[in-house]
Formats: sequence, structure tokens, C-alpha cells
Amino acid sequence: MKDASMNRAELTRRDVLKSGAAVATLTLAPGVTLMAFGGSEAEAAADAGKRWGLLIDAGKCADDCSACVTACSTENGWGGSGNPETDSQWIRKVTLKDKSTGRKVSAPVMCQHCESPPCVDVCPTGASFKRVDGIVLVDKHICIGCRYCMMACPFKARSFVHEPITDQKVNAPRGQGTVESCTLCVHRVDKGRIPACVESCEKAGHDAILFGDLRDPESAISKALKAYPSTALRDDLGLNPGVRYTNL
Amino acid sequence: MKRLFAILFLLSGLTGSAAFADSSSSLLPAIPQATGEPHPEGNEYWRRHHMELLKHDRDLTLRDGERDIDASLGQCFTCHAVTDDAGEPVTVESEKHFCRVCHDYAAVQVDCFMCHRSTPSEDDLGQAMTSSTKPDESSIAEYLKRVGNGQ
Repeated sequence: MKDASMNRAELTRRDVLKSGAAVATLTLAPGVTLMAFGGSEAEAAADAGKRWGLLIDAGKCADDCSACVTACSTENGWGGSGNPETDSQWIRKVTLKDKSTGRKVSAPVMCQHCESPPCVDVCPTGASFKRVDGIVLVDKHICIGCRYCMMACPFKARSFVHEPITDQKVNAPRGQGTVESCTLCVHRVDKGRIPACVESCEKAGHDAILFGDLRDPESAISKALKAYPSTALRDDLGLNPGVRYTNL
Repeated sequence: MKRLFAILFLLSGLTGSAAFADSSSSLLPAIPQATGEPHPEGNEYWRRHHMELLKHDRDLTLRDGERDIDASLGQCFTCHAVTDDAGEPVTVESEKHFCRVCHDYAAVQVDCFMCHRSTPSEDDLGQAMTSSTKPDESSIAEYLKRVGNGQ
């Protein structure tokens, strides 16, 4: 499919007939073919050998800064419809205060990209799903807008689109009657770029969000997690989120 | 019954051709002219199969993250954008929109644009990425170097 000079009319037939190592085909019945992508030659952008995650250092996150929220909104085109009660909120700044000591700490909360996501468990259509690289997404093609996932999410990470939307970002399709949430900027990650919130936090000079591959023991995020104490939000639920916090 | 239909069809054909013989309009939709290179498979193939191609590829993109597919809905409007009198690309709200011209004629509703934008995007990430040759600050590789990956 990468060869642009190839004729698509031939290509679709060739995919099935001359599949070779990358595509294994199995004919179940005349006209019904089961295709399995895999093997060393498969080049899907979602890499099963990786698990993308974030490490948020609440100690570095400034109380008055919301650069990550603004960047996410600009990148994905949510918010700002003038109806704050129903507007989507993919990422929000949350301030915690310890009542006994008075210590205040602020950190962004978005989809935690759980390893065992409750939103995926409850979805009746299979629209809520987890990619092989750990990113949890909504397939809006089959989302019926029932909002079970919003109820199931312990982090209030998902939003329902109440109003008709036009002029969406080309990389972030969003529509009325579907549920949406942080995608870990999957369109950027697939093209080898870091999420918008990570970029904006770095540009704002805080470096409070560290992005990386949790499966790679040599990655900066894995090393930081190994060296310093960190926590998952609602750790008691055992969801093993891909987003973790330090100095909370 | 069959004969009746045949006669009706013949009549409608006759009156149709008589009525529109000297007029520029036709009963068939006037398909807007596209820019850019024509599809190598030919227009007939695309007219019949575009929905299958888009539907198959949408799952590959969304579920497997395959974004190098050379036919995406967003890319359609690189060539198939219709502009209004002011030179701005029209949205699917307009009857002149490329998709609507045929879909209105065939009375087939398109749901794509409930979520997808129906006009070309000014900030097409794909184009920005391919046109840039210098190392991108926001690339994962550059970022990992900055945060001291693997050291």
C-alpha cells in the first residue's frame, strides 16, 4: 500500500491473492476470507512492542499554567463553543489540597490509557478499544453514544459531544452523538511526533510531562519510574494506567 | 407490466431528450471538475468502489495506526474541492459540494461529515511533515535525545 504508483484496483485483489509473508489469508467459505496481518514485514504504525505512557511530575507543574490544556484544545479542536456545561474536556488541570498541611499541588488529568480500561469492558459495540501500543481510543464509526464508558471511567476523562460540529481538525474527527477523549495525540505519535501537551509543557519551560515507551527499560520514562516513587490515580482499582504521577 | 414500464421509459427518454436537447443541463448530475492527477484506476472504478476503499482503510488507520495509506477522506479534497463565488471551498452544507452532487442525485445519505471536515484543511499535518526536511523539534526521536533516553 505504500507504493503510490501501484494501481489500487489491482492492489486490493493482490492483497488477498498474492499476500506472501505479511498477510496470511484463510478462505472460510467462497467469498469469505479471513486476513491476518502480522509477521516481520508488517509495518503497522501501532507497534505491539511498545506501550506509550506519560509521567507527570506534579512538583514541576505550575499552579497557574494551563499550556497543556490550551495546546490539546488547539491541536484537536475541542472546547470554546461558548457552552461550558456541555463542552468537551479532553484534559483538565486539577488542584489538590492536603487539608492537614495546606499543601497545594496541581497536575493535568486526561485519559489515563489504562492497561485494563473499564471503558472498553462496558462498551456494547466495541467502539471503545485499546490499540496494541496501549492507546485507548473511541471508534466513532461504531460509537452509538450510549455513554456507558463515561460512567465506567473513574477519571472523568471522557466527554459526550452534544452539539453538531463543523470545521473539525483533519486529524481529529469529532461529531455529535459520540463520546471522545484524549487520544494521546495518536495522529502525531503515528507520524513519530510527541503529543501536543508534552510539547507545550516543554516549551512553557516546565518539563512536567515526560513521554515515552513504558515497555523499553532503557527509555527515560522507564528509568524515572524505576528510580523515583510514582503513583497511579486510583491505584486501588488495579487498572495499571499508562499515565503516572510523581510528587502528587 | 414489463411492457408498460418499457413504454414509460421510452416515453420519458423521448420527452427528456426533446426537452433538454438544446439546454446545457442534463438529467445526470454535473460532476465538478477535479484538479491534480487523475486516479490511475479510472473514474468508473472509483465511482463504484470509493465507499469500500474508504471503509476498509478507516479501520486500518484507526485500529492499526496505518497512516501512509494513499487514499484518505481528507486527501479527497486536495483535488475534489469545489469553491464558491468568493473562492472559498464549500462545505457539505452546499449543494455544490463534490460528494453531494452525486449523493443527492442517488438519494444516498453521507454520514462521513458528521465527524469529518468536508473542506481541505489549511494545517494538513501530513503535508507539513513531508515538506519539512530539517529535524522537527516535536519528533519523538529528537525529544528522546533531549530527555536523555538510553543514557
